[in-house]
Amino acid sequence: MASLWQLFWSFFKIGTFTIGGGYAMIPLMEKELVDRHHWLSEEEFMEILALSQTMPGIFAANMATHVGWRLRGTFGAIVSVIGNILMPILIILALAIGLHYVQGNPVVEAIFKGVRPVVVALIAAPVFRMAKTAHITPYNCWIPVLVALLIWLLGFSPIWIIVATVIGGFLYGKFVEGKEATS
Amino acid sequence: MIFWKLFYTFCKIGIFNFGGGYAMLALIQNEVVEKNNWMTSAEFTDIVATSQITPGPIGINVATYAGYTAVINAGYDPAFAVFGAFLSSFSVILLPFIAMLLVSRYLLRHKDNPILKTILSYLKLAIVGLIAAAALLLVNPETFGNVATDPMQFYLSIALFAAAFFAILKWKASPILLIVLSGVVGFIVYYLI
Repeated sequence: MASLWQLFWSFFKIGTFTIGGGYAMIPLMEKELVDRHHWLSEEEFMEILALSQTMPGIFAANMATHVGWRLRGTFGAIVSVIGNILMPILIILALAIGLHYVQGNPVVEAIFKGVRPVVVALIAAPVFRMAKTAHITPYNCWIPVLVALLIWLLGFSPIWIIVATVIGGFLYGKFVEGKEATS
Repeated sequence: MIFWKLFYTFCKIGIFNFGGGYAMLALIQNEVVEKNNWMTSAEFTDIVATSQITPGPIGINVATYAGYTAVINAGYDPAFAVFGAFLSSFSVILLPFIAMLLVSRYLLRHKDNPILKTILSYLKLAIVGLIAAAALLLVNPETFGNVATDPMQFYLSIALFAAAFFAILKWKASPILLIVLSGVVGFIVYYLI
């Protein structure tokens, strides 16, 4: 059985030693939770992975919440999440404070001038990779195009788009696909 | 009051994010740059770059740093900004944390529910558009330079953008490597030369 301290320490390591976002944590999580401590079976791990991606929020924090909750209840969930994000928050905060003091420094400004267009590319490129996993076809490609245009040119809020998509998907699933399944 | 607005805004961003780190960037960009004018596009891209090269989930890192910058830009002392940073990262995980505790048992049993699957497949489609819009909104003179006043920076920016874009799609280049390399290019071109 996992102690609260063990949970904290495992997620602290997972959070501290992965650069490159939440999904980069998956191999380390698997190693810690499945191979090392045997807290979860391989199958349970995959199930929780799918659940954490389905639920809103931040994937890694969702993983930590569920695993902590499963092993030690609500307190387990709290210490796991805090362990997971503590070090990243402290590091980025230290950098934020440091970079604020050197704001306007010509060296820093020169570096960021080079980096900015690359950041835009980092955000643009996944659009094309995700287009594959989202199963875009000639029949549904109007959805992402319309969404992009509404936000980009007409200033729609992404949050309303998400709300509309959930409602639309629910109605379509219940009344159109549901009827097809029964008829 | 900026702190209340930060709390409310990042709670909203957390609970409405259904598409991973890049979708969250789209939500944060829309709230902090477009809607609330807490920072410029350039400041936002700098925050994203810094968040990519430090450990941790990108959403947490960007929320923390953006909270700090928003409070500083509102004219407060750095001590208040540190509070704003913690408040933002707390807010962004608060509602998903509660939701996860409440429904994880239910969802594990109902993960094959057909209606849930339909909703998620449409969300995936919408999120592709969401992220595309975030990228399009970030293409502006603040991030690429002004073509009229500084054409050299503008064309170099286009070249860097194109090179990074193809490196990611073709060779799955690491974001950290690309940020470090473009930082070196920036340092050489804009500072040394």
